Amino acid sequence: MWTHGLGNTRAARRPSPERRNVHRVNWRPGSGLESLRQRAKLLARLRQFFSERGVLEVETPLLASAGITDPSIESLTVEGGVSIGEQRQRFLQTSPEYAMKRLLAAYGEPIFQIAKAFRDGEAGSRHNPEFSLLEWYRPGFDHHQLIAEVGELLCYCLGERPVQKYSYRQLFLQRLQLDPFVATADELKVVAGLHIDTGGLTGDRELWLDLLMSHVLEPTLGTKEICFIYDYPASQAALSVVVRDADVFVGQRFEVYVDGMELANGYCELTDGQEQRKRFEKDNAVRRQRDQPERSVDEQLMAALAHGLPACSGVALGIDRLLMLVTGVSDIRDVLSFDWTRS
Amino acid sequence: MANYSTNEFRSGLKVMLDGDPCSILDNELVKPGKGQAFSRVKLRNLKTGRQWERTFKSGESLEGADVMDRTMEYLYTDGEFWYFMEPDTFEQFQADAAAVADAHLWLKEQDRCEVTLFNGTPLVVAPPNFVELEITETDPGLKGDTATGGTKPATLTTGAVVKVPLFLSQGEVIRVDTRTGEYQSRASSKS
Repeated sequence: MWTHGLGNTRAARRPSPERRNVHRVNWRPGSGLESLRQRAKLLARLRQFFSERGVLEVETPLLASAGITDPSIESLTVEGGVSIGEQRQRFLQTSPEYAMKRLLAAYGEPIFQIAKAFRDGEAGSRHNPEFSLLEWYRPGFDHHQLIAEVGELLCYCLGERPVQKYSYRQLFLQRLQLDPFVATADELKVVAGLHIDTGGLTGDRELWLDLLMSHVLEPTLGTKEICFIYDYPASQAALSVVVRDADVFVGQRFEVYVDGMELANGYCELTDGQEQRKRFEKDNAVRRQRDQPERSVDEQLMAALAHGLPACSGVALGIDRLLMLVTGVSDIRDVLSFDWTRS
Repeated sequence: MANYSTNEFRSGLKVMLDGDPCSILDNELVKPGKGQAFSRVKLRNLKTGRQWERTFKSGESLEGADVMDRTMEYLYTDGEFWYFMEPDTFEQFQADAAAVADAHLWLKEQDRCEVTLFNGTPLVVAPPNFVELEITETDPGLKGDTATGGTKPATLTTGAVVKVPLFLSQGEVIRVDTRTGEYQSRASSKS
């Protein structure tokens, strides 16, 4: 032992080339220990909230055999590997929604999940391609009942804050003097141009509505409150029930904003399998049009819907963003132990 | 030049926009809860210096701009153009008044400047942060008056007018911060 020690004394003091390289690699976490503690505390609090309400925690697979058709969301795929086999590829989930709906169809119980989700190409101060989602489903709730529960959960985590609710239509009428259900693409474009430099941007009504919502309205929402926006144009219904509301059709969908940041998206869930298949096919038509890869419809979800999904509402909430609010930081990288560039 | 898509936009990338070369300062992904993604990009127009934000569709692309920053030695001016030299290759470049702009107030022969080349031609000239220039004209110095804190205008060899303390006189060399145009001190040695 000691001869080994003596013989290598000088060499040990001089770092080997390998060792010097190791020093150049940035292995350190991006968030401080206090942020890790806050995350652990927040996760415990979320679990306590649901445990007190008799909502069952579940887990579902991260790596699914079907992806997502939504043209605005790209899955990350895993290819190769003995277990993947002849299927050629599997998809990292973009949310646990489809698997949780299969559990709902099978058991009809209120359930929640804390899971990692993955979305390709989404990185920035509020996005990381791998992120944590809290998703829960409430059989027998309509979207307004679930909105009330989301408000309670947020007060439970952030402290008491007043709750505000606007329909999507009210919001546009009040803040922009525009009716989002009837305004033309040109009218929306003109209003967008008053607020931001849109350069040579071209697009349909949907593009301008998305732009106004994300660039002009969102930063003003929930500055002191918890702000819910509900009842979206049918074209933005996603997986929510569409109903007639006076002269227009609305998707019973909602979003939650706190401090000008979108936190959660929820639906009064569509239970009609045939309607669901139509929407998936429409998504794929848009994908073809935009030269994006088509995604096959999740037939296991379709079979579960055919069996029968109980009337329910569900919501997905970004845990990393909630933690940003709890710790008072404005960049998601500050609450991730290892963000995408470090992982 | 190559085209760059919004997901390749990084701070420092130079792109062509509305016919002008621009430098990307920041690129932020902005996305509503459901729906299309956008890139909100902070840019600086390298010609005018204007900074602003513009929104693009995610995945849109812009042509790269052939822009390079080089350190060059200022040689002289013939009144119409200002001449600079690359010290390693001795290659000379002529910059017009638009490129030199206010920098002409601080250009002293043999000083090193940052010259931004666009398609091989000077687009912007940045003088050194500090230059030492001689006072060619000012009211007579008040000997010993170093305490009152008063100032007076002084014209320098380049034509720049700088506020200087009362005790300075014609022929003295002073150090000036070119970013603010403010007098710093007497130069350490006459040049």
